[in-house]
Amino acid sequence: MEQMSARLGLLTLLLVVGLAGLSASADEPQELRWGGDSEGGAPYVFQDPKNPRDIIGFEVDLAEALGERLKRRPVFVQNQWDGLIPGLQRGNYDIAMNGLEITEDRKQEINFTLPYYVTTLQISVRVEEKGINSLADLKGRKVGTLKYSLAQRVLEREGGIQIRTYDGVINSYHDLANGRLDAVLNDYPIAIYYSRPIPKLKFAGPPIEMVLYGIGVRKEDAALLARLNQALLDLMKSGELRRIYEKWGLWNLETEKLFAQLTAAPAQALEDYTRSVTRKLSWRDRLWQYLSYVPILLFRGAPMTLLISVLGMALAIAFGLILALVNLYAPRPLAWASRAYIELFRGTPLLIQLYLIFYGLPSVGIRLDPLAAAIVGLGLNYAAYEAENYRAGIQAIPRGQMEAALSLGMTRAQALQHVIVPQALRIVIPPVTNDFIALFKDSSVVSVITMVELTKVYGQLASTYYDYIGVGILTAAIYFLMGLPFVRLARWAEARMATDKRVVVVARRRWFGVGAKPVEG
Amino acid sequence: MSALISVENLRKKFGHIVALRGISFEVAASELTVIIGPSGCGKSTLLRCLNGLELFDSGRVRIGDFTFERNNGISHRELQVQLRHLREEVGMVFQSFNLFPHLTVLENAVLAPMVVKKLDRQTAERRARELLAKVGLSDRLDYYPSQLSGGQQQRAAIARALAMSPKVMLYDEPTSSLDPSLVGEVLNIMRKLDDEGMTQVVVTHEMRFARDVADKILFLDDGELVESASPEEIFSAPRDERTREFLRSFL
Repeated sequence: MEQMSARLGLLTLLLVVGLAGLSASADEPQELRWGGDSEGGAPYVFQDPKNPRDIIGFEVDLAEALGERLKRRPVFVQNQWDGLIPGLQRGNYDIAMNGLEITEDRKQEINFTLPYYVTTLQISVRVEEKGINSLADLKGRKVGTLKYSLAQRVLEREGGIQIRTYDGVINSYHDLANGRLDAVLNDYPIAIYYSRPIPKLKFAGPPIEMVLYGIGVRKEDAALLARLNQALLDLMKSGELRRIYEKWGLWNLETEKLFAQLTAAPAQALEDYTRSVTRKLSWRDRLWQYLSYVPILLFRGAPMTLLISVLGMALAIAFGLILALVNLYAPRPLAWASRAYIELFRGTPLLIQLYLIFYGLPSVGIRLDPLAAAIVGLGLNYAAYEAENYRAGIQAIPRGQMEAALSLGMTRAQALQHVIVPQALRIVIPPVTNDFIALFKDSSVVSVITMVELTKVYGQLASTYYDYIGVGILTAAIYFLMGLPFVRLARWAEARMATDKRVVVVARRRWFGVGAKPVEG
Repeated sequence: MSALISVENLRKKFGHIVALRGISFEVAASELTVIIGPSGCGKSTLLRCLNGLELFDSGRVRIGDFTFERNNGISHRELQVQLRHLREEVGMVFQSFNLFPHLTVLENAVLAPMVVKKLDRQTAERRARELLAKVGLSDRLDYYPSQLSGGQQQRAAIARALAMSPKVMLYDEPTSSLDPSLVGEVLNIMRKLDDEGMTQVVVTHEMRFARDVADKILFLDDGELVESASPEEIFSAPRDERTREFLRSFL
């Protein structure tokens, strides 16, 4: 009986709480959560230089205006720019509004509102540059742009251009100023706010490509899409939107034409537009899409990953051996320096080391191209680990080996070269293989210094088609399969070089199908 | 007749422990000298001082024309040069063989002549094959140490040391880690070398070998050279009480 009433009480409580929650959400004005990237985001969304706690920008003003029309309070949600659409689909915010260009492939994943701004792409070069006056002049040159932007696709479509993509826009213009790039291509508003303030840079050539910005809305939120479109039309008619652009110095002829067109169009055109962007991909289309990714991943990404890994590891193995020998046998100050190097490079993040090498070193006059920086960065980092492997291997060799070599009249260096190190190498094959596999996968971080390798190609594909799972599994499988032969090779080398020859016989038979001399037990 | 080896007043300490307390002796060319004594008496240390694997604190070692003495004035580099000079005169055989496990028997005997003496491979191999034939390993040239018995390994180690053409061979308990059945084959090699006139100094517990083959026996106890005499004298009429006691434990 008592139990029963307790249960009843709990039920009542839940009911009351539930009702309270419902009524609260019905009464309060709803939020309009909008996603954008405020990092280096002028003039769209960015931290106010005068008061970094506030974010400002023409899209902030637009969000305010839309919120007013929709009777919803705008709330800004920070999200990495190249992840804006996945973030929208995951429900992190209601709309994505951050200079998102309306493109066909994006329309397959999300809906776009009517365009709210029209602009073009602008080439920036150094002031002394005379040879670049059009897109075609960029062929064979190093050109920077924002990762996954329309500008990147325009450059890829043009072909023959060495494209370097950046997570943020600031680094690309600085790399242009210090000579690492020949040109930068970005949306005109970005160019005005980031290229023009740098005296070493100038604009080159005519405007390229018409770029339309639209607000991204999830496919299932059709009602929200309609209300946003209506609100945008109202803002265009009332001139509010124009005033926002004029305030930020962005009003242009193309946008004026667009607004005139849109506001004059009958409602039918709007409906057609809405219908055309809500098409979904069939299962069969998806499968074909995946198959088409494989050669892209294999030929555009994998060879670079392999090259960086193999050369990086070669550097690590060679330099690591020197570090280990210096650490073990050199006079004290040198040995200490080697130990300090090992601890420093093991103890700090690889990512930061790469940033320092790529973006930091140019300020002291050392300017490495991305491939060299990637190899040097990975090599220097892994050398610290390899040094420790060698040290363990060398110390595992019995003391009698060194004594025997010395008593035969060898110098210490000769003994190391002919007796100690060859034996240590055999011991360290398994841990070095381990590190190679780790480096192989760590090579994915070099995409941050504008290298296009496997993971970067994955990012490009995934963000183009907004499919992080399928392409992700595909890419992981390629990494895995590419690593396997190295594991196998190491096994074989290990067996081949084993000092116990019985293992060798087995290994030889396995690899060559040839029997070796019988061995006495 | 002047001695091939002369050791004068050798002293050595490990921290507070005194290992050698002023040892002097001489070895004539072609002689086989056996050093005996209880474990920890300093006999291995003495042997290792003769080829510089252990550095003595004071005293002097002369082998042939080369004299090695401690002199604090010389640089590290100069010391290494002197040590290499000393080691060129002296071959060493270890209790645990210390063959290079990653090389075949032939390569073990070829490496040092090529690296240190800069012989070409052909010359070095010819000499190595001769020596390996002498120790009875002609049919094991391409075997790795791990494929050989202990006795075969120690014989290979002797050939490897001989390949450097030393004036003197030192043996540090060469048969102590061997099966009793394999001891004989190693001792036989040393007998053969003795017959050929090689100067040898052997630390061992093989008393019968010492009695039969040695020209002179040194008895060490607690870092002191207690007695130095012919095998007949040592085994039949030891002068010192400590020698008598040590030998009793072997009979």
